[in-house]
Amino acid sequence: MISSHRALALFAFLSLLSAAESPRLVVPKVSDPSNFIPIAIEGFTGEALSALKFDLEIAGFEIASADSALLLVSGSNRSSLVGRVADRSKNSLISKEYIDGTERAQAHAFADDIVQLYPGRKGIARTKIAFKVDTGRNSEIYIADYDGHNAKQVTQDNSSTHAPAWVPGRRVLFYTSYKDGNPDVFMHDLSGGIRHPFARYPGLNTGAAVSPDGRRVALVLSKGGSPDIYVCDIDGSNLRPLTRTKEDESSPCWSADGRTICFTSRAGGRAALYTVSASGGAMRQLRTNGASNCTEPDWSPDGKTIVFTANMGGFRLCTVPASGGDADLLTDPKTKTGVAGEDPCWAPNSRTVVFTRRVGGKRVVSLLDVPTKRVKDVQHVSGSCSQPSWAK
Amino acid sequence: MKFSIYCSLFAVTLVLTLGVTGCKKGVKGPTPIPTRRPGLTETDNTSPIDRTARTVPSEEGTRVQPIGNPDGTIPLGSRIGPDSEQDRVPLASYTVYFDFDRSAIRSGETGKIESVSSYLKSNAGVGVLIEGHCDERGTEQYNLSLGERRALAIREYLVNLGIDGNRVFTISFGEDRPADPGHNDAAWAKNRRGEFVVLKPKQ
Repeated sequence: MISSHRALALFAFLSLLSAAESPRLVVPKVSDPSNFIPIAIEGFTGEALSALKFDLEIAGFEIASADSALLLVSGSNRSSLVGRVADRSKNSLISKEYIDGTERAQAHAFADDIVQLYPGRKGIARTKIAFKVDTGRNSEIYIADYDGHNAKQVTQDNSSTHAPAWVPGRRVLFYTSYKDGNPDVFMHDLSGGIRHPFARYPGLNTGAAVSPDGRRVALVLSKGGSPDIYVCDIDGSNLRPLTRTKEDESSPCWSADGRTICFTSRAGGRAALYTVSASGGAMRQLRTNGASNCTEPDWSPDGKTIVFTANMGGFRLCTVPASGGDADLLTDPKTKTGVAGEDPCWAPNSRTVVFTRRVGGKRVVSLLDVPTKRVKDVQHVSGSCSQPSWAK
Repeated sequence: MKFSIYCSLFAVTLVLTLGVTGCKKGVKGPTPIPTRRPGLTETDNTSPIDRTARTVPSEEGTRVQPIGNPDGTIPLGSRIGPDSEQDRVPLASYTVYFDFDRSAIRSGETGKIESVSSYLKSNAGVGVLIEGHCDERGTEQYNLSLGERRALAIREYLVNLGIDGNRVFTISFGEDRPADPGHNDAAWAKNRRGEFVVLKPKQ
């Protein structure tokens, strides 16, 4: 048996230890997630500064003066990046040197650490996207950092290429290519540069989407007489239809647990969202009250929310709880406008969305922070950029 | 008491705490799937599925004809072979136009498909590729499927006129190849179309 004063001493000792190990205890609580968190930055220059600002702004922070900031970010980026974060009471929350990679990579790593001061938040500054670049008659697939930097061309077929989709956890892309005179689905391993045909049935082959566990693929095939949703194993075997409707389906996406597929169908007259069990069964309309002509759904990695495009006098992004119900039209209460855009795809953090905006006659790839409604275009690649997919 | 005993007590407490609470993990429960009768579309306002069996006549009785589905859709046969050439000229004036967001063949358009059918019956050695197109007022992947559905609708009409389905191919270009690059109703009406491309064996 421990005597009472020793038990007290032990408790105090443990409390001290836990306080020192969790700086999160002193980060100001976020009361309203739709409000920006004011943050001040000093000491950084050039690429490091611009990367840091972009990363923090799209993560729900607002660059402010030291007077109004809740967090003070300082440091330098000479040979390596030195990053410090303190709260208003001068408590040191981060003090670290980042030495790996380029100046931008170091800034992204620092930005992720800042974001992750907030419990439950996941940094996305070092993630990747893929997208289509249309230069006129042809279109090719590109990959890039999530902010559009370091863009690399993946296909060089001088043909029409569409709808890139990452295999979760792997540097492998599915996409649709017309290089053999028909829209076919290909699987392309970026590590070895090897690709092989995945679906080359008569008619349309497109919309490949890989399940979160990487084992199955949903896709759109018209070989049965109408574009329908099919599912097969990652090696192309065990192909079977999940829909059999007279009208066309498109854009399948997977639930986080891999049991359900959400997709678009025109079976009800106008475009609407439906779900079907990945192991087969009846398709069921997903209620999106308040949003109409709904297409291109994507299911958040945390399983809770489906983001999609609604066409209501123009394309706009909307969300709905994964079980269906009232759609959130993402109207910004300050500007009273929604988010003009289409073809959204969730980031691994289930908070940020990459999508396409139409600007004049071209398309640009853009990011949306759903809680704050902040929109930032990614670094533009020459041409018309669209159909982004976020690597998970 | 010695410092070493404090450390042992701390270690024991730590182990007990972790044992009770475990490590923090993202909790992923299964998405509830409602139990439904399999096999039927359960949307609110589709017309009942036509379960009447369809027999699709073929102009060449000995060829294998893709069988029509009960709802009128007709499976595709094969892909276009590598030994064919495309000619847009012979059937250029028979382009079929569609209503916005629709793949149904309008009654005013059927005469053109009948003309294509006559051409194919008079030219036994050729096939036809139907290109399906959309205007820009749909999203990209949606338009790829809609364009294909339009091409397939024209193909169904041709097969029902007696053309062998193995001679008729489809390809969708979605909104990628507008006939008119304008951004107004007149341009969009010209873009919602099915075009016929004659397929000849390479000489």
